[in-house]
Amino acid sequence: MSTTVDTTAATAAPKERTPLRPARVLLHVFLAGMALAWLGPLLWALYAAMRPYGETSEKGYVSWPDKLSFDNFTNAFTQSDMTHYFVNTLIVAVPAVLVTLFLSSMVAFYVSRFDFRVNIFLLLVFTAGNLLPQQVIITPLYRLYLLIDLPGITMSGKLYDSALGLVLIHVAFQSGFCAFVLSNYMRSLPHELTEAALVDGASVWRLYWQIVLPLCKPAMAALGTLLSIWIYNDFFWALVLISTGENMPITSALNNLSGQYFTDPNLVAAGALLTAIPTLVVYFALQRQFVSGLTLGANKG
Amino acid sequence: MTTTPTESPEAATPPPGSGPAAKTAKAAKVPRGHRRLLTRRDRLTLGLMAGLPTILHVALVWVTAFASIALAFTTWDGIGFDSIKWVGFDNFKELFTNNPQFWPAVEHNIIWFVALILIPTPLGLFLAVQLDKQIRFSRVYQTAFFLPVVMSLAVIGFVWQLIYNPDTGLINSLIGANEPGHYIDWIGDPDLNLWAILIAASWRHTGYMMILYLAGLKGVDPSLREASALDGANEWQTFKNVIFPTLRPTNTVVLVVTIIEALRAFDLVFVFNKGAEGTELLSILVTNNIIGESSRIGYGSAIAVVLLVISLVVIIPYLISTFRKERRA
Repeated sequence: MSTTVDTTAATAAPKERTPLRPARVLLHVFLAGMALAWLGPLLWALYAAMRPYGETSEKGYVSWPDKLSFDNFTNAFTQSDMTHYFVNTLIVAVPAVLVTLFLSSMVAFYVSRFDFRVNIFLLLVFTAGNLLPQQVIITPLYRLYLLIDLPGITMSGKLYDSALGLVLIHVAFQSGFCAFVLSNYMRSLPHELTEAALVDGASVWRLYWQIVLPLCKPAMAALGTLLSIWIYNDFFWALVLISTGENMPITSALNNLSGQYFTDPNLVAAGALLTAIPTLVVYFALQRQFVSGLTLGANKG
Repeated sequence: MTTTPTESPEAATPPPGSGPAAKTAKAAKVPRGHRRLLTRRDRLTLGLMAGLPTILHVALVWVTAFASIALAFTTWDGIGFDSIKWVGFDNFKELFTNNPQFWPAVEHNIIWFVALILIPTPLGLFLAVQLDKQIRFSRVYQTAFFLPVVMSLAVIGFVWQLIYNPDTGLINSLIGANEPGHYIDWIGDPDLNLWAILIAASWRHTGYMMILYLAGLKGVDPSLREASALDGANEWQTFKNVIFPTLRPTNTVVLVVTIIEALRAFDLVFVFNKGAEGTELLSILVTNNIIGESSRIGYGSAIAVVLLVISLVVIIPYLISTFRKERRA
């Protein structure tokens, strides 16, 4: 894929290391300073989270620590039953990511491998849909979710306040972006590839499932990483479409938790950092996929 | 209003789609697709493959967007369909003339965009140019700048509150403004809070812009740089006259992304102070009309329509230019 950013190339292969010039040193000092400043808010949160409330309320936040511990993290975790909210997130995010990839790859296959007259229009509909601000659609969506009865299928008996409702809107909304990116990717695959199979009598489903889809693995991996982080980080949909605090995914639950359970800022800091951990882990593990996913759609031609 | 995939093709294909499509079909001797090889069953499979996702997307995104437009001309308390009443432009009239929060919200959305385009965007570009110089530890620096982009805006809101809190926050503690009576209320003061939130938003946006520009810079032909150096251009001249002009596609994306981010802005503000005085945004006003006590659906939809119109002014030209390029390619 020509559009991926190869972040390793720059560091992995320093072919000719130029002798240290003053300008280079200056640049490193500048970048190191900036990087540290950029990490500052997170380091500050970590520092606050590692100090007991009693100590900070007595000595102030800007003070030398007597004691640093991870107590606030364990307290935040146990007091608020965070495991429960992490599970809520998993129940939404895993199906949402998989279904989004599946559905959008089918649309992409349709618009990129065949020259139907609808193609461009279809792709426009998907791409534009993903660019709309969520608030443009939320009012009718909220009403629609309240209207749809699903007795026995969801806990609430409706689409509203259910994991299924969140999955559906994530899939509908994100498939716009994925269909656009995947169709570009599929268009770059040679046409002879599927043409030959079709002449040999393969069905279109086989073309999709056994030829095109396996070739799209890199793009799918990149999009999957990106989607996981986006859906995990969702705050708005869950805030509006889930009413029971118990049913909320972790990111939006944090908002409730900070009011209900967390009485001191140090505990809030710990809770916030705990919430961020899964995305940071995914990012560090799949950095290349994430970054290439982000630029897949953005950088063409 | 609703366009299901099976019936939309002939009726609804817009000019930007059909024109170029017809042209390429004529120009190429062999049709690009495999249509002539398809059996009936294949056609059915294809219809389902494209149809099901489209129905879901159109039903939840586009039907609701159009429903917002329809509801904007009504009043409705949300209880029963009988209570929906057509009121024409009344909601808009009230919004434009009689809502103390509306114009501040529009202004704040604009400020949000201007701030993001003036500070984090050039900064992200600058960092990208520096990091593109094949320096050591590039990866480490990149990670530091990019980390905030990976995090949820809601979480970022909590992290920055630790800095802005009037009595326990970092800034007031450092400058000694944390005693009652001397507070600088970064979150509550309507003259300050928007800027405080914008700093947090910029913190995140810089990394995002940096990554987009890094990707753009990777695509710049190295021979351009060489030629420029041979001609004796210095670093700034090379950037200004050679590199920056080639970043035009990236700049377009950056502009669109930033406008959309400014229109979508919500999470940070909601976590900070729920859009109270000084931080009103269109997105917050819409949301307050749904999850607040007052259920003024028509009125909330009217605000959503304003948001929709502004978004489409950006989205449509962007899509037209993108898809035109695609057809040419």
